[in-house]
Amino acid sequence: MRQTRSIELATGFFAALGFAALFFMVTQITNRNLAFGDGGFRLEADFDNVGSLKEGAPVSMSGVSIGRVESVRYDQQTYKAHVVLRIQPQYNRIPEDSDAAIFTAGLLGGQYIGLQAGGADTYLKEGGHIAMTQSAVVLEELISKFLFSFADKEAQQKTTAPETATSNP
Amino acid sequence: MNLRIDRLGGLRGALEKLGGYLLFSGRLLLATPVALLRPGLVVAQIYNAGALSLALIMFCGLFVGMVLGLQGADLLQRFGAEEALGPAAALGLLKQLGPVMAALLFAGRAGTALTSEIGLMAATDQLSAMEMMAVDPVRRVCVPRFAGALLALPLLTAIFITIGLYGAQLVGVQLLGIDTGQFWSQMRSAVELDDVAEGVVKSLFFALACASIAVFEGFHAQPTAEGVGRATTRTVVNSSIAVLLLNYVLTAFYLS
Amino acid sequence: MSLPSSPTATPSAADPGGAGVPVAAAPQDAIVSIAGLTYRVGRRTVFDGLDLSFRRGQITAVMGPSGTGKTTLLKLITGQVRPDKGQILVEGQDLGQLSRSGLYAMRRRMGMLFQNGALLTDLSVFENVAFPLREHTDLPERLIRHVVLTKLHAVGLRGAAWLMPGELSGGMARRVALARAIVMDPALLIYDEPFVGLDPISLGVVLRLIRQMNDALGITSIVVSHDVQEISAIADCSYLLSGGRVVASGRPEELRSSQNEIVRQFMNGMADGPVPFHFPAPDYASQLLARDPSARIDGSESTP
Repeated sequence: MRQTRSIELATGFFAALGFAALFFMVTQITNRNLAFGDGGFRLEADFDNVGSLKEGAPVSMSGVSIGRVESVRYDQQTYKAHVVLRIQPQYNRIPEDSDAAIFTAGLLGGQYIGLQAGGADTYLKEGGHIAMTQSAVVLEELISKFLFSFADKEAQQKTTAPETATSNP
Repeated sequence: MNLRIDRLGGLRGALEKLGGYLLFSGRLLLATPVALLRPGLVVAQIYNAGALSLALIMFCGLFVGMVLGLQGADLLQRFGAEEALGPAAALGLLKQLGPVMAALLFAGRAGTALTSEIGLMAATDQLSAMEMMAVDPVRRVCVPRFAGALLALPLLTAIFITIGLYGAQLVGVQLLGIDTGQFWSQMRSAVELDDVAEGVVKSLFFALACASIAVFEGFHAQPTAEGVGRATTRTVVNSSIAVLLLNYVLTAFYLS
Repeated sequence: MSLPSSPTATPSAADPGGAGVPVAAAPQDAIVSIAGLTYRVGRRTVFDGLDLSFRRGQITAVMGPSGTGKTTLLKLITGQVRPDKGQILVEGQDLGQLSRSGLYAMRRRMGMLFQNGALLTDLSVFENVAFPLREHTDLPERLIRHVVLTKLHAVGLRGAAWLMPGELSGGMARRVALARAIVMDPALLIYDEPFVGLDPISLGVVLRLIRQMNDALGITSIVVSHDVQEISAIADCSYLLSGGRVVASGRPEELRSSQNEIVRQFMNGMADGPVPFHFPAPDYASQLLARDPSARIDGSESTP
């Protein structure tokens, strides 16, 4: 009988582990984030455009990760994206006039929020609001700007050197 | 002339075996809901097929994930896209490595154990004895084992994937200095629930193949020591072929 | 399905000669009766028009050299394999007509003891004996315990109830199997080679148990064996099979005094006779003197 008991225990342990792994796969690997916030304090910020910023993206100061993006949603009152940041408890000295900007890590990397410390003597607390924000750089805008400027240059070149363009078919 | 007859005979034999296998699998599948009415028998088999394979699956999952992290990071660093390691590892593990490796390991560990166990029961007249006690050995012996394996493999696959991701993260973050948050947030933004579902569906199909092949080979093994040994080998070979073949078909199906 | 793989005795060797014609038991007295049974495996005919009957309440021995299909006969009687031709009546029911569930219902009235016991290796002795009860009845645990311990006591192994089959000796395993076979109180008990590989003490115990079970529980016993001395001591009636036929039948003494050659060879264990000592081979001298080096030399059968 005792043997049966231990088999049941091991099976139960195995099944619990298996279902925990399944739960992990559904909630943690995909963008259906159910559990993330644990400890630390929250800050809020409104952005004109968050680009492709996602929940769970890092929040960094001077390149050091100090927290995570907890939620991103669209606020119909302000017509802006309302972002909640969760900052780790030890980073409790963020000046009130700090500003937040959305950057892209690497060429193809994901987006993160960078905080730039201000000069105020008072610090942001739980629920504090970051007033100054800078939107994400949208790649399409960047490319179109680049292309237009390129096209302008080309147009200029064409007008200045028409012979070279025709001599090489 | 003789050779041609032999070849035809071989083809006929193969078709007979395939047909026998399919009918037997259908019978197992149909009887599975009834078997769940006696959970004690199935639980014992989940233990045999699942809990006993757990250590192997966890160990292999960790190292597969770590090598994925290492190789993936090396490749992605060349393109300056280390942050893509998370999604690369997650998608690779979820869709291919997780289900396939777990199924192959399962066939080697649990499948062979099933085949040799059932084969030995046949060789020592235990199945005939059940038959004589008016107990259907397919229902009493084969179906609980089939059901246990069917339930165990998807869970093992989930554990394999989770541990594998942990391994990939360990290498990527600890050794190669990729940001933890980037790793997970990139993964989260790139991986959809459908990708997880694909992994689960694949592992269900693989479980079906591995479990039915192992039970079939055991039940139809020649009831001698040599026959059981041969059946065990056939289980590994046939399961591996079936898993890889099914994997291609399922991948193609999901990509289309 | 394992069949004895020894060479088939040629049908001509199975000439009934002067041996007694099978005793035609009154049908109402027979628990199993077989008529015109033909069974083939591939091209080999195992039984060809076999007629047999087993009388209620008796111990009937089925003897015969290896490879005469004794085990196959048991499989036919228990419906594990179906005959090609002929009829097998068990308790008046034709096995060929029974559905699968009918067959299973029939088998609950039979118990069978396999050569090595065939205990379920992953269950304890107690659970092995309780197995048919748990599968077929909804008895409360207390009653199961009572019945199982009673049956184990009958075979003298109540003290071994919590051992695993791997911890039992061959004789003990067979006694547990016997307890399991009688746990559903069958009408018919079938023994397949119950004496093989037992030491003299275990053999004596098993012999005594077979007789005891038969008389005390009013069970009919069919014992398949080639241990002539042992089985003759307890059998009420014997059949000698050879070449797919009954070559002799009757009480053990009658068989022993039979003048039929094959019966004499078998009963007295003579090396040569209608069942030849030599496996069919080319002429000895010519094979030894053969020049052709590629000629196969088996040499296993050399005359002393």
